[in-house]
Amino acid sequence: MRATDLVAKAARNTVRSKTRTTLTVLALFVGAFTLTLTTAVGAGVTDYVTKQVDSLGADDVFVVTRTAAATTDGPVAYDPETSSASTGTTAPALPGASGSDPLTEGDLDELAAFDGILSVDPIQVAAVDYVRYDGGSRYELTINPTSSITRSDLVAGEQLDSSAGAGQVMLPSDYVDALGFASAEEAVGSVVTLGITDVLGVQSTVDATIVGVSRESLLSSGAGANTALVADLVEVQSAGVDTGDPRYAIAVARFDADLSADQVSALKADIVDAGYGAQTIQDQLGVIKTVIDGIIGVLNAFAVVALLAAAFGIVNTLLMSVQERTREIGLMKAMGMRSGTVFALFSLEATVIGFLGSAIGAGVAILLGTALNGALAAGPLAALSGLSILLFEPGAILGIILLIMVIAFLAGTLPAARAARKNPIESLRYE
Amino acid sequence: MHQDLVVDAHGIGKEYGRGAARFSALSDVTLQIARGECVAIVGKSGSGKSTLMHVLALLDAPDTGRLSIDGVDTRQLSARQLTTLRNRTFGFVFQQFFLTPGTSVLDNVTLPLEIGGTPPRQRRARGMAVLEQLELADKARSNANDLSGGQKQRVVIARALVGEPSVIFADEPTGNLDSATGAIVEETLFSLNRDRGITLIVVTHDEDLAARCDRQIVLRDGVVVSDSAAVAA
Repeated sequence: MRATDLVAKAARNTVRSKTRTTLTVLALFVGAFTLTLTTAVGAGVTDYVTKQVDSLGADDVFVVTRTAAATTDGPVAYDPETSSASTGTTAPALPGASGSDPLTEGDLDELAAFDGILSVDPIQVAAVDYVRYDGGSRYELTINPTSSITRSDLVAGEQLDSSAGAGQVMLPSDYVDALGFASAEEAVGSVVTLGITDVLGVQSTVDATIVGVSRESLLSSGAGANTALVADLVEVQSAGVDTGDPRYAIAVARFDADLSADQVSALKADIVDAGYGAQTIQDQLGVIKTVIDGIIGVLNAFAVVALLAAAFGIVNTLLMSVQERTREIGLMKAMGMRSGTVFALFSLEATVIGFLGSAIGAGVAILLGTALNGALAAGPLAALSGLSILLFEPGAILGIILLIMVIAFLAGTLPAARAARKNPIESLRYE
Repeated sequence: MHQDLVVDAHGIGKEYGRGAARFSALSDVTLQIARGECVAIVGKSGSGKSTLMHVLALLDAPDTGRLSIDGVDTRQLSARQLTTLRNRTFGFVFQQFFLTPGTSVLDNVTLPLEIGGTPPRQRRARGMAVLEQLELADKARSNANDLSGGQKQRVVIARALVGEPSVIFADEPTGNLDSATGAIVEETLFSLNRDRGITLIVVTHDEDLAARCDRQIVLRDGVVVSDSAAVAA
């Protein structure tokens, strides 16, 4: 028998008893629908988190802090040589960077001496009073201290250039309207004025060019400033007054991007041994990812349970079908159909049922999910811009359809083997 | 009689069951059927006539003896070759029709070709040609279930004929039909034998139908008790 005829015959056979096929397909539909949605949620959230990771920083940096003494072995004895005063008020600019002692210039030199560390830059905090454009209204603005090392989720323009000599600013998208720009694209390239008050209480201004407009992000907020702008702002802020040894809450240590994961871990261990806290961006997000993966895993498990139940439905349906079509099987065998072909015919029928259930389930999930995405983005999740909670990836959907077809095929092998074993004479006598 | 034998069976024996329940369905059956013959295998229920037909049609393997079909010793053939031989050489007409419900008449008729691997276009052409001959062309698209008994049996004959077999086995072909439609079906079968030289092997307990065949082989308790060809020879 020709392969095309075999497939066509299997497909025709599935639609011959419509009610039974429909019910079996429905069972698979539930599984496919659930699995498609949970996978899409997983993909959507992971995609969003990945964008957030990018907005937190590059892959080749450690965020280095002084290990908070209080969290280790109780109070630490004061030593004028190594101890530095803890402010306790340092804003947690990054997850994992809270509650630590400041870093001194000495610490930075020590860090830079580690083998594999290319450069160590302190993160300086510039407190801007306001931003205004072209003499318009003034709005408060926070400069994200780590913005010089991060990549933003761009609406328009490009990323900050840390090597540029001129001051650059990355504006959050909600400032576009407020400052009087018609669109994000129009804002890019314009020069805004930043107001800043120095330590002596005198207010002055610094100009900066908008290079990009960023989407609001869950894990980092505020405007971005490149290294040159931060340096300008800090200089104006200090007003030439010597405030003593500079102290920094956080430093960014760039390491060689060619290092392997193991080498990075070793380097990190060395830095931690020296009394610092060092975390890569991946470390900081590892926890979040683990939680998300766990939730998605549980949801997927439910879908797989539904699929297993559906698989027994297929076994049952096809066993009934084999019983009902005993004489047809006998006839086909009498006419020279080989047992292998009978087996193929019935397992293909199961696979066709699997395809119908999974394709319809995935299709409906996509339609419904897309509608839901729009509704959620406009309503409850409006605050998380850039998040589409359900992300349907063609590869994943194809994988789900294939998985269900394989499950259906496996479920079909038992009835198919029973059909293939039938003796044509006894089958033809069967009443 | 030795020229061009379609069926050449020697000392065929077949037993069923085991232990005390063991019984001999066929014992030492020897018979030869030449191309173009019209043979009736007659016997009461339980005489072994159906078993003999199954063995001759390669649906069942004999326990003893040898069987050649078209000069080929079937003991030399693999299971795969046997099914192919069955598909190419035999057509079947059954008492209970065995039409596939919910499927068109044409699809039912072309089933042997589909199993044999004939491409769809040729299948259709040959199926329509056969239905034309049996004056059923207008029913080609109908559901096989919607036909009358006589029409169904003619569809079954069309199905037996579509593969251009050298032998047609008819197992009680008129058993489920009233005498008028039965007569039409009989006539159709005999004309195939007469006009196209297809060997016809009819299995029946109907004396009248058997009498219309050229030769009668009578079985009782698995043994051939009379063979009209042997008498004539």
